[in-house]
Amino acid sequence: MTFKLTLAAVTAAVVAAISAGAAQAQITDNVVRLGVLNDQSGIYTDLSGPGGVDAARMAIEDFGGTVAGAKIELVSADHQNKPDIGSNIANQWYDRDGVDAIFDVPTSSVALAVQNIAKEKGKVMIDHGAATSDLTGKACSPTGIHWTYDTYALANGTGRALVEQGAKKWYFITADYAFGHALERDTSNAVTAAGGEVVGTVRSPFPSTDFSSFLLQAQGSGADVIGLANAGGDTVNSIKQAAEFGITQGGQKLASLLVFLSDVHSLGLDVAQGLVLTTGFYWDLNDETRAFAKRFGERNGGKMPTMVQAGIYSSVMHYLKAVEATKSDDGKTVVDQMKKTPVNDFFAKGGVIREDGRMVHDMYLMQIKSPAESKAPYDYYKLLATIPGDQAFRPMDKGECPLVTK
Amino acid sequence: MMELIGIPPQVLFGQLLLGLINGAFYAMLSLGLALIFGLLNIINFSHGAQYMMGAFVAWLVLQYAGIGYWAALIISPIVVGLFGVLLERLLIRRLYNLDHLYGLLLTFGLALMIEGFFRQLYGISGQPYAIPAALQGGTNLGFMFLPTYRAWILIASVAVCVATWAIIEKTRLGAYLRAATENPTMVQAFGINVPLLITLTYGFGVALAAFAGVMAAPAYQVSPLMGSNLIIIVFAVVVIGGMGSIMGAVVTGFGLGLLEGLTKVFYPEASSTVIFVVMAIVLLIKPAGLFGKAA
Repeated sequence: MTFKLTLAAVTAAVVAAISAGAAQAQITDNVVRLGVLNDQSGIYTDLSGPGGVDAARMAIEDFGGTVAGAKIELVSADHQNKPDIGSNIANQWYDRDGVDAIFDVPTSSVALAVQNIAKEKGKVMIDHGAATSDLTGKACSPTGIHWTYDTYALANGTGRALVEQGAKKWYFITADYAFGHALERDTSNAVTAAGGEVVGTVRSPFPSTDFSSFLLQAQGSGADVIGLANAGGDTVNSIKQAAEFGITQGGQKLASLLVFLSDVHSLGLDVAQGLVLTTGFYWDLNDETRAFAKRFGERNGGKMPTMVQAGIYSSVMHYLKAVEATKSDDGKTVVDQMKKTPVNDFFAKGGVIREDGRMVHDMYLMQIKSPAESKAPYDYYKLLATIPGDQAFRPMDKGECPLVTK
Repeated sequence: MMELIGIPPQVLFGQLLLGLINGAFYAMLSLGLALIFGLLNIINFSHGAQYMMGAFVAWLVLQYAGIGYWAALIISPIVVGLFGVLLERLLIRRLYNLDHLYGLLLTFGLALMIEGFFRQLYGISGQPYAIPAALQGGTNLGFMFLPTYRAWILIASVAVCVATWAIIEKTRLGAYLRAATENPTMVQAFGINVPLLITLTYGFGVALAAFAGVMAAPAYQVSPLMGSNLIIIVFAVVVIGGMGSIMGAVVTGFGLGLLEGLTKVFYPEASSTVIFVVMAIVLLIKPAGLFGKAA
């Protein structure tokens, strides 16, 4: 419904722009159009969804609403976590509606499909919500950027840190689909590289509500750490039930490899406390992040931004600056300009976009506070370590990206 | 160490016990479904949504009125049961003389609307609900760590199932109910208010779903999707047990929970499909279900 409305609005705007005859040479139809394509009704709604769209809107407002003399417009749509729906919308946006860049696109399968379409058409796709490190690996694109985090950084951050703390033996509970397998693979590699070992794995059907059986198997395995290679509702339920079964009281550690702030909020600190996780952003890191979070919260019912939502703001800003600098909305031209300029904002200091499209920035190893330590709503994380970007992300020559191995 | 089919017996016992506990949820939910189908001939597809409402009402009264778990076990089924009575009076009763499909479509639509409503208000990730203080912790049984709350689920649901079965099969009220399904006109002629009986039955079936929802709240996340995740499995349970059979619903509920538990040990990937495999086999051999009477 909202999609149809925005579609109508966009069409009207196109007609208006053409009849006004004011199109500039460099910026097609004299409008820079951004599309936020994400999950607005399913399991990833809370971590991105409408909040992600609003983050993009905030960036456009802060930029002033126009760029290089052209108007900036925003459209958004729900891809329902389905690659076919996501592909249809991306095709329509790029071909018919004059969208210049698509942002967010959570769910790895949808992200890979949309990035491929963008690559063929020479259009920009900047991903925040999807996890798979293949976006800047085998599937990399000259006009694609992966902004916020990826499976490699999560695995490397949490996996290595825990092995270094002495947790050598790992047991995985893995969501039985592409994302879970990728996360398990990347984490196993990180664990063995740091001197640990993987003693067992159980593949849970996706999605599951009851993890007690898998937790019991993990409990009996004698592992030091139970690694949860899952996301969203699966993660929330497995953490909650791990608390019920006394996993951590029994001396085992729980490592959740992908946790968003919204998951922690939904779990409550009683059950989530003590968990170690890796994130690309936390709202309470410094004055700048707090300032952004406060503004975001005021517009979004008091919710603090997740790393995905903060990343969208950051990348929209960086994109618009590149359009301003090049006076162009051509995909390749703008992305090349973005790669030339370091990212310096509240989200990332000295962030660099590599040739393969990876935005390299510091990641943070966090531990979830106990209810006693938490002073206010959303006061959830304490910083254990800052992982410098060049250690957090996969080295460019290891990713098999055809753009850089050639 | 003695091993049974490659699995140490301790692990096996633990898994069987967990399976039984999951089966308790299947039994409680399929019981309500079977009751509603048996007496109203309505395939109540909104059962999952009503289960979810049960959990949400428990969360809401805790959040906004400070009413805890024990009171919620009573309040929530009453509130949701009354909602069921309202539904029956306003909508469902208009469909009794029509094909099953209309009831199924109506209740399916209702389920989508109820779920959409809660999703709009409370988001997707769900809300936390703590285990009540008296039931926290657990016992080491030697072969597994049994959380007290899981043991409570098992005890409470067996009690509910037995009580419901006894009401239907052993009391005068139950006799009226069973008679009303066989021959409503005759029962009406004896001066028994059959429409009221049917309304109350629907309300009771819905209240059972809500009760299961409150039981589930501390073990799972209170989420708008919790019902739709479960409803398909519960329908399979009812079909395997025999549509409308109270005994069938309870026995298959626990039995399939056990089977699912075993699958989680030997081949976890298949644990979400094993119930449907059983359903296909049962339907081939005994189309009316294990405990169903052939039509």
